Amino acid sequence: MASVNSPAPGPSLRMRNIRKSFGATAALGGVDFDLMPGEVHALVGENGAGKSTLMKILSGAIAADSGTIELLGTPFLPRTTFDARTAGIAMIYQELALAPHLSVADNIVLGMEPERCGILRRSVISRKAQDALAQLGHENIPVDVHVGTLPPASQQIIEIARALATGCSVLVLDEPTSSLSREDVERLFKTIRRLKAAGTSVIYISHFLEEVQEISDRYTVLRDGCSVGNGMTGEATTGDIVRLMIGRSIDQLYPHSVHERGEELLSVKDLQGVRKPRSASFALHRGEVLGIAGLIGAGRTELLRSIFGLDRIKNGSIRVGHSIGCATPQKRWSQSVGMVSENRSSEGLAVHLSVMDNITMNLRRDATRLGFISPRRLQRRAEESMRLLGIRADAALHSVDTLSGGNQQRVALARLLHEDVDVVILDEPTRGIDVASKSNIYSLIDRMAAGDPALNLKPRGVLVVSSYIPELLGICDSIAVMCRGVLGPSYATKDIDQHRLLEEAIGKGMTE
Amino acid sequence: MKKISILLNSLAPFFGLSAIYLLFMAIGPESFSSPHNLETILRQTAIVGTAALGMTLVIIAGGIDLSVGSMIALVTVVIAAFLQAGISPLLSAAAGVGAGVLCGLVNGLLVTRLRVVPFIVTLGTMLIIRGSAKGIAHEQKIDAPLSWLNTLLAALAPDALWQLLPAGVWITLLLAVTVALLLRYTKLGKHIIAVGSNEQTALLCGVPVDRIKVIVYTMSAGFAGVAGLMQFSRLTVGDPTVAIGLELDVIAAVVIGGGSLSGGEGSVAGTIAGALIMTTIRSGCSQMGLPNWVQEIITGAIIVIAVSLDRLRHRRRESEQ
Repeated sequence: MASVNSPAPGPSLRMRNIRKSFGATAALGGVDFDLMPGEVHALVGENGAGKSTLMKILSGAIAADSGTIELLGTPFLPRTTFDARTAGIAMIYQELALAPHLSVADNIVLGMEPERCGILRRSVISRKAQDALAQLGHENIPVDVHVGTLPPASQQIIEIARALATGCSVLVLDEPTSSLSREDVERLFKTIRRLKAAGTSVIYISHFLEEVQEISDRYTVLRDGCSVGNGMTGEATTGDIVRLMIGRSIDQLYPHSVHERGEELLSVKDLQGVRKPRSASFALHRGEVLGIAGLIGAGRTELLRSIFGLDRIKNGSIRVGHSIGCATPQKRWSQSVGMVSENRSSEGLAVHLSVMDNITMNLRRDATRLGFISPRRLQRRAEESMRLLGIRADAALHSVDTLSGGNQQRVALARLLHEDVDVVILDEPTRGIDVASKSNIYSLIDRMAAGDPALNLKPRGVLVVSSYIPELLGICDSIAVMCRGVLGPSYATKDIDQHRLLEEAIGKGMTE
Repeated sequence: MKKISILLNSLAPFFGLSAIYLLFMAIGPESFSSPHNLETILRQTAIVGTAALGMTLVIIAGGIDLSVGSMIALVTVVIAAFLQAGISPLLSAAAGVGAGVLCGLVNGLLVTRLRVVPFIVTLGTMLIIRGSAKGIAHEQKIDAPLSWLNTLLAALAPDALWQLLPAGVWITLLLAVTVALLLRYTKLGKHIIAVGSNEQTALLCGVPVDRIKVIVYTMSAGFAGVAGLMQFSRLTVGDPTVAIGLELDVIAAVVIGGGSLSGGEGSVAGTIAGALIMTTIRSGCSQMGLPNWVQEIITGAIIVIAVSLDRLRHRRRESEQ
């Protein structure tokens, strides 16, 4: 372990004027970042603000176009992740980076195995692994079992143990709590405090500002690839940080016209899936935007999937209009229910096909004549929906992967409009897109619910899953919270605040 | 408890093997269970088994090598050509195996440098190597003078019974133990598993992923080279058209033995059991006088059954958590 016991005068890590462009888009436009020894420094910002890019540069996964990095006072230029690792920088990624087929001990020493002439020193390895786990207060994890058989929270501990075993002085945690229960989050925080006390500097990336307030000493906010503010966490409110993150006040971001609530479109009673959801009941009306909040892994996606007929259900009833019962996705489309999945590139869109092909993918019955497709008709139809969503008309024949994340999401939404569905199901519709596009998606959702007679748009019911509570508060008429597979009651948005929602999401005060 | 279930899982291919052997003992002719026939089964397994050891490494590392059948043909041709030119058997054998290793090195470099999936790369080299073998042999068998190389896989002579098993079978066993130790006790072995289990992680942890892949394909080709030597030993000639489609038997052996084509999984013991299962079925069927097509259908069914049972066990283990 690198020891930083003597209080160093300067920062342990200093990044200056870091720039990085991917093609024409500037991901980082001159970022400065300082990390003091033994501090927990929160790095916050929206998706696409440049946090991951900055950390990838620090960890040697990609190279900066320009800028300097100093580690403990000496210039540092990692060319590979191995360079960064040997220099004492350890990254814990959002997606767990473990080899499930190797044992806990083998994972902890992976890439730095103690060996003699290529033969592993197994006793040294298991001792090293046990030491690292003990340092984290997790000596209860057995070191000889395969990692794939452990629960996610323990797997994360193993990653941190790996960082410790190689002697890290800077630990980067990228959204470490997104798949953890509240209890595991507490344990993780205890671990972080322990590391901090031992002199390790921690960079903590999170969307959960409450966590940032709880664990960090200082914060830096990134927006659109620039550092827009930093300071002591204790001296800033969550509101201050949010303002820095989005660069404008919340009201401007979320349009909210009057929604007129109509008949019931979709009602779900005591729905139980194979594993998740465990229990869910709600009703969605025409002209209503219903949000489902909750942590990742709470079972929200599974709820949407079982409604849409993608997952099997064990119990409960789903009623769409007048028909009751489960159905295939094909049937749901014919019942005027449409879904955009959370994973745009792998599920939501066929990224190698053109915008037009994506929008008209379902090939409504009237798209064909005598069983043959008329490409010109299709294109005209597609362009209609594109105009409604403000997608440039000349994009119809471009392949979807040439578009930005925000435009891709609009194409996915255009498909729903093209199919003229009544029930719009959206899973994390703003994940991974920039603020301007987000604002655009918000106003689209608003228009879908409100309808627009001038454009011949009827009001619809919209069901939105999002992990970002402020956004739900901004766009929804009512919100329900899902926690560990159980969906709570729906509240009118005006009767609830961020704090309450978060508490319900993390299951505080709930009896198991 | 958990340990026992893991042990049982890894022994599953052997239960399958025993079941099939006992079945043929029960329904087959008496000659099937004779020690002589057991020796024949072992001798017949040696070629596929040896090549399958290399394939086990490739599949654990998340790759595939379709060119091993062609390599075996090339190796027989090279050995025969050297012997015909009057070069000593030892040197000829080394040259043959060396030719195989070279092919594997090329496979490894193509996979890592061109970033083309191994299925396509080795599909290409399968044809290239087969073509080269035919070219070198002028599209005919190369006759070679008889030498001690031809006794490697021959039935034991009455005065050599002290060896218990033919040399070729001993070589296969020795190589199997080596690979098993490699996977369990060496850094290289752990890195091979890591690359197949989660390549991104391996890369992030500083495992030289590309180098590991090159090593794996080269080693696989080395094993194919030894398999080619044994093939030559049985043929006594260099035949550029031998072992067509053998790569599929080799892959089947690994897969029956619990190897997963998505990487990270596979075991030496399983692979050997898988290879033995296939030979046993063949031997049993032919002793019972069943035609070739029945053997093929049974072998195919065993592959599908073995792999679906394996997946079933996996799913159950996952849902237990």
